[in-house]
Amino acid sequence: MSDIPQELKYTKSHEWVRVEEDGTLTVGITEHAQGLLGDMVFVELPEVGESYEAEQDCAVVESVKAASDIYCPVEGEVIEVNEELEDAPEQINVNAYHEGWIFRINPSNPDDVDNLMNADDYAALVEAEEH
Amino acid sequence: MTQTELKTTPLFNAHQKMGAKLVDFGGWNMPVHYGSQIEEHHQVRKDAGMFDVCHMTIVDLRGSDVIAYLSRLLANDVAKIAGKPGKALYSCMLNNEGGVIDDLIIYAMAPDWVRVIVNSATRENDLAWMRSQLGDNAVELTERDDLAMIAVQGPNARVLAGKALGDDIAGAEELKPFNAILINQGADNERFVARTGYTGEDGYEIVCANEQAESVWNGLYEAGVRPCGLGARDTLRLEAGMNLYGSDMDETTSPLESGLSWTVDFSDPERHFIGREALEKQKNNGIKYKFVGLILNGKGVLRAHQKVIVEGEGEGELTSGTFSPTMQKAIGFARVPVGAAEHCQVEIRNKLLDAKIVKLPFVRNGKVLSG
Repeated sequence: MSDIPQELKYTKSHEWVRVEEDGTLTVGITEHAQGLLGDMVFVELPEVGESYEAEQDCAVVESVKAASDIYCPVEGEVIEVNEELEDAPEQINVNAYHEGWIFRINPSNPDDVDNLMNADDYAALVEAEEH
Repeated sequence: MTQTELKTTPLFNAHQKMGAKLVDFGGWNMPVHYGSQIEEHHQVRKDAGMFDVCHMTIVDLRGSDVIAYLSRLLANDVAKIAGKPGKALYSCMLNNEGGVIDDLIIYAMAPDWVRVIVNSATRENDLAWMRSQLGDNAVELTERDDLAMIAVQGPNARVLAGKALGDDIAGAEELKPFNAILINQGADNERFVARTGYTGEDGYEIVCANEQAESVWNGLYEAGVRPCGLGARDTLRLEAGMNLYGSDMDETTSPLESGLSWTVDFSDPERHFIGREALEKQKNNGIKYKFVGLILNGKGVLRAHQKVIVEGEGEGELTSGTFSPTMQKAIGFARVPVGAAEHCQVEIRNKLLDAKIVKLPFVRNGKVLSG
């Protein structure tokens, strides 16, 4: 079983979401997702200032194997992107939950995050997919 | 499909022990990597790696008419290797329309014995076609599913394989590239060792009895050869400019537009190989596409089926693409209009990105040739 930190929220499409102290949301892909995709070689980041709806595709990560869309977990505006990933996409493999973060959004409605999965629900989803 | 329905090779237990990530690969449960596909790629370019290729189909053709049979069946001319025991030849097997049924390697082991290795996904189709073309030829066709195959590839592959397998492989030390030898003939540890591969590096493809496969694999591991998955096999063959059946060519494409003209031998006017007439017609009508290497100038990854735009000439398509671990750039193969010169654009997610057109291969024996 891969690492699923208790303090994070999760989506069905394998993004993790951290609620920061200022109410903004940091988004990345889970340890489980990076393991499935394999060695990352390219990340197409969203544009800062762009707004996305919940579940809208807003970034792309590409491993040697395949390209995979990243979805915005809740409606909001992108306020920062992890530019380090442009030269070091492998950070997603090395540490998916920290250095491998992809973008940060200002959610349109702070309560939307409550609709995301908690760690236990996400663990159950991963478990179900593995069998 | 559940895992129990997938076919497994004799090395399945070994893969599990070595931490392989197993995937459904055309109905076979095969290792895609053992941790990092990129590290495995570098392992083969710089040292030695081994691949489970037991899913490939080994066919023995025996009989007095085997050369005559292959002379008609294959687009390359078996006469090049007939009477040269152990010599290998790469060829396409075409249909009557000149489309590629499969690509394969044949080894002329004796005047009345040729070993053929074809792809895995095409197995049933190939065997049916080969049987249907036997006619009155005195040729017996036997699928050798009792045999396993392990590819050992890399600059140190032959030395380490020699160490691992002991004296019995020593005869193969003198083996020339694109040749094979049968050692310990008739014994339990009979091995067919070929100096061939699919990575652009030196090495062997070793065929042994299924029961021997795990001990050969473990012996190679103990000698320092590292297991590599099918993921690295794909990036290695792409860098090496080697075609993949089903991606780069199939029954609807011509070998003359798939970078395989060098394997089609028209030199003997009396050799009426299957597909010849169709290919000659194509040549007379003018070949419209050429098969080239592409290197993406900026960041991104080339993938099969991306559209290629050549200014003033028209459009083409990527047939394979990946990120090259050796070159640290996106590379691919494409079918483009014959008039294409040095530059083109590739459409990736609705953006047009500049790419360079180069000759294949990109990498051979550890060195970058096209940059």
